[in-house]
Amino acid sequence: MTDPTTGTTPAPAEVRPQRTGLTRRQKRRLSRGAQYAVFVAAVTVLAVTADWARLANQFAQTDIARQMFPDIITQALRNTVLYTLTGFLVGLVLGMVLALMRLSSVGPYRWVAGVYIEIFRGLPALLIFIFVGVAVPLAFPGTEIVGGTYGKVALALGLVSAAYMAETIRAGIQAVPKGQMEAARSLGFSPARAMVSIIVPQAFRIILPPLTNELVLLFKDSSLVLFLGVTLEERELSKFGRDLASTTANSTPILVAGLCYLLITIPLGFVVRHMENKAREAVT
Amino acid sequence: MSTQPPQAGTGPEISIRGLHKSFGDNEVLRGIDLDVAHGEVVCVIGPSGSGKSTLLRCVNLLEEPTKGQVYVGGTEVTDPDVDIDAVRRRIGMVFQQFNLFPHLTVTENLTLPQRRVLRRDRATAARIAAQNLKRVGLAEKADAYPSSLSGGQQQRVAIARALAMGPEVMLFDEPTSALDPELVGDVLAVMRSLADEGMTMMVVTHEMSFAREVADRVVFMDGGVVVEDGEPAQVIGAPRHERTRHFLSRLLDPAMAEVEEETSDQVGGKTP
Repeated sequence: MTDPTTGTTPAPAEVRPQRTGLTRRQKRRLSRGAQYAVFVAAVTVLAVTADWARLANQFAQTDIARQMFPDIITQALRNTVLYTLTGFLVGLVLGMVLALMRLSSVGPYRWVAGVYIEIFRGLPALLIFIFVGVAVPLAFPGTEIVGGTYGKVALALGLVSAAYMAETIRAGIQAVPKGQMEAARSLGFSPARAMVSIIVPQAFRIILPPLTNELVLLFKDSSLVLFLGVTLEERELSKFGRDLASTTANSTPILVAGLCYLLITIPLGFVVRHMENKAREAVT
Repeated sequence: MSTQPPQAGTGPEISIRGLHKSFGDNEVLRGIDLDVAHGEVVCVIGPSGSGKSTLLRCVNLLEEPTKGQVYVGGTEVTDPDVDIDAVRRRIGMVFQQFNLFPHLTVTENLTLPQRRVLRRDRATAARIAAQNLKRVGLAEKADAYPSSLSGGQQQRVAIARALAMGPEVMLFDEPTSALDPELVGDVLAVMRSLADEGMTMMVVTHEMSFAREVADRVVFMDGGVVVEDGEPAQVIGAPRHERTRHFLSRLLDPAMAEVEEETSDQVGGKTP
């Protein structure tokens, strides 16, 4: 639309004479038709040129897939979920502490939290895994991280996710209206108690969707355990799929492992969208 | 007015001495002296930016005064060593925007502060909550969430929440300004009955009829100072000062009154 106050040139399509002689509706129909045509052509080319027999042989061998059960569920998926949840828990606690430090009136707390967040958001998760899994044991021989591999993974995932969650939680706390803290304080709540009883519960309601997204990200990042060197019992989906793929010289295990991830991430994605829609309805 | 700090039990319930408050360069309060006796209802009126809300918020230290003292029930609120949380337990505050806790039910809004702050047990807190909800006429909304209530109902719950803490003093910061006109009456009725029961009240308001009928005293503020302080009939009915007359005449002219309410009252600051 044109803006009479600024006098900017109006959008060309609206005012220029239509040299083709087509109405706008005809043009739109033509454009959409072309897009469909390109799509159909691409799909056809793919379908004709693909070597379906070979693809099926490589990715969809039912006997190999069957061989993966029940271990892929009872062991690999279980471990993936376990790694994710423990990492999420560590990250949530640490992120909460960092968020409160960021909002503290004491300068050094703010700086320390700020530096932590900048560092851990800027590093690849893989590097943290190598750091926790390899560098720390090398540097301090004899030290053991509690819980063995499970402890290491929880720590590595926790360290990474804490930086993101801290920023999310801080934003959530700041999104709670100022009047809430004032009401709590004027009822006699101490600042700490008001934070715990009144502000944080409301903040978590606000940040539930982004926190769930963080859970999905962690779920996928747990695959980095691959680089830690784990025992058979500690394998999670990616490692499990890769190991089986190399022993069978077939890619079916990779595909099945991938489907197991989607089994969790897609429903979680729906949950997030549902929560976001509900939150939007609550506002309007 | 005496400059001696009042003694507990004998002196005024609220005592304000030489109170100044600045927001940066903006001096909102320029030396306020005001006493509110036990059981007295004082309405503070004045144009937007006159500092009346800031004055009220200084009484329970939601705003930190730049200079001066505030005493409530003989305790100096402005003393840096005072346990402010303990003092605030004795002062109920009602806000323009209600500020109910939206994640809690009506009953929980009343019981959580009692339990966390006063350490009352669950049963006692619930009993006192029920009494106070009944007092504001909302017993049937006990299990509702604030968002399902009308503004007037929310404000009455907010009053009940403050009362459940057993305050000695109640502060009202424009309690009806955010309400639709037809909802104002119920809230004012609750405040009126509270006044009849002998509660010490300081009310910042634009409701002149309430001030005239319920207040023991009306204080007119403008430009951060008390311009006029006296009986309602005198201050509203026969103002002595030109500024008071000017304010009241504008308030009676609806067109001007609307302009009045649209501007913020917090930090406006107006030169006299």
